Amino acid sequence: METKTATASRALSMASMEGVETELQSPQATEQALMNAQAPESFARHVRGYLYVFYALIFGTLITVGASYIPFGNREINIAVALFIAISKASLVACYFMHLISERKLIYGILGFTAFFFLGLMFLTIGSFADFPRHTVTH
Amino acid sequence: MDIPYTVAIRPDTGLYNAKVGIWLFLASEVMLFGALFSAYILLRVGAQDDFWPHGWLNIPLGTLNTLVLITSSITTVLAWASCKMNQFGRFKVFHACTLILAATFVGIKSYEYHDKFTHYEITLNDGRIADGHLLESKPDRVVIRGRFVADRKDLFDLRAPTASHKHEEITLPRADIKRMESYGPWHHTYLAIYFTLTGLHALHVIGGAIVIGFLWGPGSRLWRRDPERFTNRVEISGLFWHFVDMVWIFLFPVLYLI
Repeated sequence: METKTATASRALSMASMEGVETELQSPQATEQALMNAQAPESFARHVRGYLYVFYALIFGTLITVGASYIPFGNREINIAVALFIAISKASLVACYFMHLISERKLIYGILGFTAFFFLGLMFLTIGSFADFPRHTVTH
Repeated sequence: MDIPYTVAIRPDTGLYNAKVGIWLFLASEVMLFGALFSAYILLRVGAQDDFWPHGWLNIPLGTLNTLVLITSSITTVLAWASCKMNQFGRFKVFHACTLILAATFVGIKSYEYHDKFTHYEITLNDGRIADGHLLESKPDRVVIRGRFVADRKDLFDLRAPTASHKHEEITLPRADIKRMESYGPWHHTYLAIYFTLTGLHALHVIGGAIVIGFLWGPGSRLWRRDPERFTNRVEISGLFWHFVDMVWIFLFPVLYLI
C-alpha cells in the first residue's frame, strides 16, 4: 500500500524531472505533481528523450574513434578533439541520465565543491612543471 | 523505528536522504579517479616523446566495450523509468539486460587483460628484440607469433603509418634469450596506469552489477511492500552506474585513442 507521503514524493520527483518548479510547502505544487504522476504519457516523453541521448552517445563514440584516425597536424589537436567529445558525452550522461539538468540546490552545491577540488587536482599537474628537484636529469 | 526519509522528502534538503548520500559518495569517487587521471597526465608528459605507447590497445574491442557500457546506461535509466510508470515487468527486463551487458563488459576486459599478459617483449643476446604473443613455452625454447624489431623505439607507436603489422611464428632457443617480460603493469608506466585505472573501473562495474543484481533478484521483493522505496533504491544504484559509465567515457579516448 502506498502512503500519501510516498505518492506525493514520487509525484514531486517526476514534476522536478519535467522542469516544473515546485515548492515543498506548496499544496498547489503537490497537487500539480500528483496530477503529473497520473499521466504516464508525460513519462513516455522522457523515455523518448533518454533514447535521443543514447543515440547521441553512440554517435559521439563513433565520432571519437573516427577523429582519432584523422591527422589534425599535431597530436595536441587530436587530444583536444577527443577530450572535447568526451566532455560533451559525459555532460549528456550527467544532465539527462543523472537528472542534473533539474536537481535540487544542495546537489549543485556538492558538485560545485567537487568541481573546485577536481580542477585543483588537475592544475597541480601544471604546477609540477615548475617544481623540478635539484639535479633532475631532463631529456 | 523506520529509517527516516527513505521515501519522504526531507524539508531542509528537498531530497530523500539516500540521494544526498550517493552524491556525496560520487563526489569522493570523482576525487579518487581524478587523482589517478592527474597521475596519468604526469606520467605522460614526463615520458620521452618516442617512448609513450600509441596503439597498444585493441581499438575495436575498446569501442565495443564503450557501446556496451553506454547501452547498459540506457537500460538502467529505462529500468528506473519503468518503476516510475509502475511497470515492474519491464523493470525486470531492462535490468536483466543491464546485468548481461555488465558481464559482457567484464568479459571483454578480461580478454584484453589476457592479451596483455600473454604478450612478450624478448631481448636476445645479440641485441635484437622479438615482440609478440606467446604460443609455446618449453624448457629449451619459446615460440611466439610476432616480429623482430631493430630498435626498441619501433615498439611504441603502432598507429604510425610506418608501423609494421607483419606477424609470423618465431621460435627462440632459451639460450639466446637475455630478457623476457610480458606486457603486465611492470613493463611500462603506461601499462601500470592502464591496469590501475581500468582495474579500479572494472571493480566499480562488478560492485555496481552486484548491487543491481541484488535489486533485480532478492531485493525486488521490496517492490511489493514499498514500491516508492524500491524505486528510490533503483535510482540510487542507477546514479552510481551512470557515474561508472561516465568514467569509462574518459578512459576510452585517453587510454585507447590519444
